[in-house]
Amino acid sequence: MLDLLWIVPALPFLGFLILALFGARMPGKAAAAVGVASAGLSALITILIGISFISSPPQGRVYIQTLWEWFNVAGMNPSIALRLDPVSLTFIFVITFVGFLIHLYSVEYMEGEEGYSRFFAYMNLFVGSMLMLVLGDNLILLYLGWEGVGLCSYLLIGFWYKDPENGYAARKAFIVTRVGDTAMAIGLFILFTELGTLNIGKILEQAPLNWAVGSSLPVLTAALLLGGAVGKSAQLPLQTWLPDAMAGPTPVSALIHAATMVTAGVYLIARMHVIFTLAPVILTIVGVVGALTLLIAGFSALTQSDIKRVLAYSTISQIGYMFLALGVGAWSAGIFHFMIHAFFKALLFLGSGVIILALHHEQNMFKMGGVKNMLPVTFWTFIIGSASLVALPLITGGFYSKDLILFYAFSGERANHWLYAAGLLGAFITALYTTRMVVITFFGEAKTHLHRKPTWIMEVPLIVLAVLSTFGGFIELPDTLGHLTLFSGFIQTILPANSAEGAGISTELILQIVAAVTVILGIFIAYLFYYKNPEKVASFRWSSFGNTLHNYWKKGWGFDWLYDKLIVTPVVWIAEVNKSDFIDLIYTFIAWINRVFNRAFSFTQSGRVRWYAMGIALGAIITLTIAVFL
Amino acid sequence: MILLWLVIILMAGGIAAWIAAKWNVMAARWISLIATLVDFVLAIIIWVEHPSGITLGANAPWLVDFRWNWIPSFGISFHMAIDGLSLLLVLLTMFIGVLSVLTSWTEIEYRAGFFHFNLLWILAGITGVFLSLDLFMFYFFWEVMLIPMYFLIGIWGHENRIYASFKFFIFTQASSLFMLVAIVALYFIHGKNTGVYTFDYLQLLGTALPPAAEMWLMFGFLIAFVVKLPIVPLHNWLPDAHTEAPTAGSVVLAALLLKTGAYGILRFVIPLFPNAVRDFQVPGMILGAIGIIYGAILAFAQTDFKRLVAYTSVNHMGFVMLGAFALNELALQGVVMQMLCHGISTGALFILVGALYERIHTRDLNKMGGFWDQIPRMGGVGLVFALASLGLPGLGNFIAEFLILAGSYMANNWVTAVATLGLVASTIYSLRIMARVFYGRKPKIEKHIPDFNVREMIIMGSLIAAIVWLGVFPHPVLDTSRPAINNIINTTSQSSSMSNLKKPLLPVKTGTTVQLAGKSEKGGAR
Repeated sequence: MLDLLWIVPALPFLGFLILALFGARMPGKAAAAVGVASAGLSALITILIGISFISSPPQGRVYIQTLWEWFNVAGMNPSIALRLDPVSLTFIFVITFVGFLIHLYSVEYMEGEEGYSRFFAYMNLFVGSMLMLVLGDNLILLYLGWEGVGLCSYLLIGFWYKDPENGYAARKAFIVTRVGDTAMAIGLFILFTELGTLNIGKILEQAPLNWAVGSSLPVLTAALLLGGAVGKSAQLPLQTWLPDAMAGPTPVSALIHAATMVTAGVYLIARMHVIFTLAPVILTIVGVVGALTLLIAGFSALTQSDIKRVLAYSTISQIGYMFLALGVGAWSAGIFHFMIHAFFKALLFLGSGVIILALHHEQNMFKMGGVKNMLPVTFWTFIIGSASLVALPLITGGFYSKDLILFYAFSGERANHWLYAAGLLGAFITALYTTRMVVITFFGEAKTHLHRKPTWIMEVPLIVLAVLSTFGGFIELPDTLGHLTLFSGFIQTILPANSAEGAGISTELILQIVAAVTVILGIFIAYLFYYKNPEKVASFRWSSFGNTLHNYWKKGWGFDWLYDKLIVTPVVWIAEVNKSDFIDLIYTFIAWINRVFNRAFSFTQSGRVRWYAMGIALGAIITLTIAVFL
Repeated sequence: MILLWLVIILMAGGIAAWIAAKWNVMAARWISLIATLVDFVLAIIIWVEHPSGITLGANAPWLVDFRWNWIPSFGISFHMAIDGLSLLLVLLTMFIGVLSVLTSWTEIEYRAGFFHFNLLWILAGITGVFLSLDLFMFYFFWEVMLIPMYFLIGIWGHENRIYASFKFFIFTQASSLFMLVAIVALYFIHGKNTGVYTFDYLQLLGTALPPAAEMWLMFGFLIAFVVKLPIVPLHNWLPDAHTEAPTAGSVVLAALLLKTGAYGILRFVIPLFPNAVRDFQVPGMILGAIGIIYGAILAFAQTDFKRLVAYTSVNHMGFVMLGAFALNELALQGVVMQMLCHGISTGALFILVGALYERIHTRDLNKMGGFWDQIPRMGGVGLVFALASLGLPGLGNFIAEFLILAGSYMANNWVTAVATLGLVASTIYSLRIMARVFYGRKPKIEKHIPDFNVREMIIMGSLIAAIVWLGVFPHPVLDTSRPAINNIINTTSQSSSMSNLKKPLLPVKTGTTVQLAGKSEKGGAR
């Protein structure tokens, strides 16, 4: 069964090829069928492979399938080879399965758009590239997937290409992440120069043998890899591209900018965990970056009026939790949160997509209101997704995954109480902004009328994702609630376990109660302010202090402004000033000097004998003078 | 003899096309197409016969050798030979040659016969440059490709063609005079040392030179090559020449003529003056890095589409300079890949610009925008090659740039770190092409623009196939060039032991690092 692995990425690539070559001439239905079928079959095969992998795991829990040798130069010999282990299996399951649901959803969402087949072509290319990213058995192949998903993200953000703003957002996403990728590329050069290989298995094996813990090379390498990770995962300081990325169609936001691609940084760090363990400083920085990002993004989410931007900041914030988990060495908790987050965030985006479409492409929450009764399925699934996002205790998947992260941050091997506090505060803010979003969107008076109702094609993915984001959490239960470690047991066969010795059941129970109280308190306060007494919020928001703070947070803490002043403007200025290339002046000058001499000499060629005679006389005098006096 | 035929067919084809055009213009086109196609097939035959650069002798990497004593009294022989490196470049020449004939099919109406004569003679000159193993002959072909190119720009170019053609001619002619002096000096020094006065490359290899003389002679050669490459600050002929030339001229300039500079560095500068090259390593790499960044910034600022593409060449050829002076197998193989991939991707971009100009009669980016829905095929093709230009994995340019950077990282960390920033810079200008031409709002001039026709799709399809093939399965190419590249590296490592320089080419680290010397000997012996 495992030898079917190559088909999993091959199918979406095939779908892309068919759509790219013949899509323009295909009827819309056929194009959609190709797009959905390739993703669906890929998901089906992934599930079969997953069953076979779990029931009869290969030796060492790693299965490698080599397709062909890519190139071979002076010891650099990456293969096009796929590496399946518990981590990559989890990722390909999420990618293909959530990917399939979103493809299905898009059939209706994108109906009637110009470039219908182009959309599915890009989506298929994305799924294929993302699969290469997580399945690549060497870092160059991973880099191929890494850049490939960046490209698809660019193409899909700018899908509605006629609006220059979309194009700007698309370019921003590509260029900002490419800054991170460049750091990562240098990291790869170091790895190859020092370890002589870019094969993931060999790096994990060689690095501890060659490098001491905390020595400069692993620290530098880990820092550069982190640069790549923060770019793709929209963490500080490269988080600025993600909110703008919402310019793309909503299914794109759901798949690429929430569920899969943006978690690639988490994958990279987990994949290269050995390097990060050799560089404890950088691992701590990973945690700090996560903590800062989750707070900053949480506050920004609190001030947005565009529903998709709320979700975008929420995504940044939730990935912050994953980084925090990695930073405290809770590897499996980070991956677990990735999976649950993929379910509920895809659900929330798709739900918001239904509303946006139903209300004639209205994205401003303050112009919605009262959607509860218009779209009941969407409402209830959205509530389930939101509950998971705020980590409502006991009944949601998000509770179990977030609880695990907070637990390790408090009492794990690399526990850090500051990080724990940030995580807890983040949970409170999450409850605030989520409740705010739900209240404003679904409750109150309807400010607009229903434009169209979704059919089953859009509702089935919502229901499936709602089920997953609730029950997906039950495969990993804490000690206090039945102690089930299906997920972490599975992941920890490949990633190091994090023991929380010394932390007894009582600590765990107290932590859970604290977290639960925080969340419920958050929801309650938000309910009080945004539902019961919205005028109080409004009066604070429009006070001069409130207004300043609001605008500052709404604009993402001024990072865009800073980068614009610091980097973009100077570079553009230099480019503009030097448009005609100042070096050319040197040559223009040489040419000009020649022309001047030419004119001067041709002036002397006047053809008048007296001038010539005078010239000869003058020359003779000067020569004689020089000869006599010197 | 087959090597001689490669050149003769092109030259004869050019003359025939000129004559034939007197009574039928289409005949001139067909003659040119057939001549280039025949040469392309011949080159492929050579490749198929020597798939992995299997050598003639035990120590020489030459696949086919042709020698005829031309002027024995001066030690000038007609010596042509081909190894993996020149074979790949000849293949590229013929491939681009066929496409540039095809791309001029409807563009050139005025004096089409003479145009094809010039085009084919440029190709012949370039082929001669890649095949010559006699410095006198090499110089001869170096000039042969220059003059028809001057005519090509000056007669069939755009508005400012006279200025551009003069600039091109003066830059290249002045710089190649330095090379001529260096060739003659090398000839006399070698003659004085050994008593054998010869221009033969193989005999001149390993000429014992005093360090100062070696450095000066190296500069003599290098200056001719870096002007062609080009390297900042000697690049100023390029934007003008590329912008003003007709499409086929720009394609040949970018895809082939620049490669003669790169080829010259690999074939002549490094093997003939290994010690001087090693002393000049860091400055050479810095020049490369400057070219990468500076070219990208200039490309970003341009509003003339063709000029933008022209400056991308400065950016990409910076990688060649960087890699060539890194002096290890990784980087040099990357340089070979870069030469081929840049030839294909930039050639394609110039053809695209030319096709667009034929349709809307402007190159001004401010007058373009939103063309995607009208000309989706052109948009798709443009996207592919913009992506190639920014080094997207899966396309050949990625492998080239990755190998160059990885190799040059081993040679010098800091310069490479700066050069790697070029990846961001090339992203910015490449995306700008898409944004300004195909995306965004439409300009006011509403007008029907026809999409690529079948002929143009054949050209573009073959270019896309080539660039994808190089990106996904570059094995055949890398295998072909490996013996030649190892031979080049061998010459530098041998001379280092001769002059008792204990400095290894690569900082050899604990066990795991690539043992270059050992590997290359093995490669050379195959």
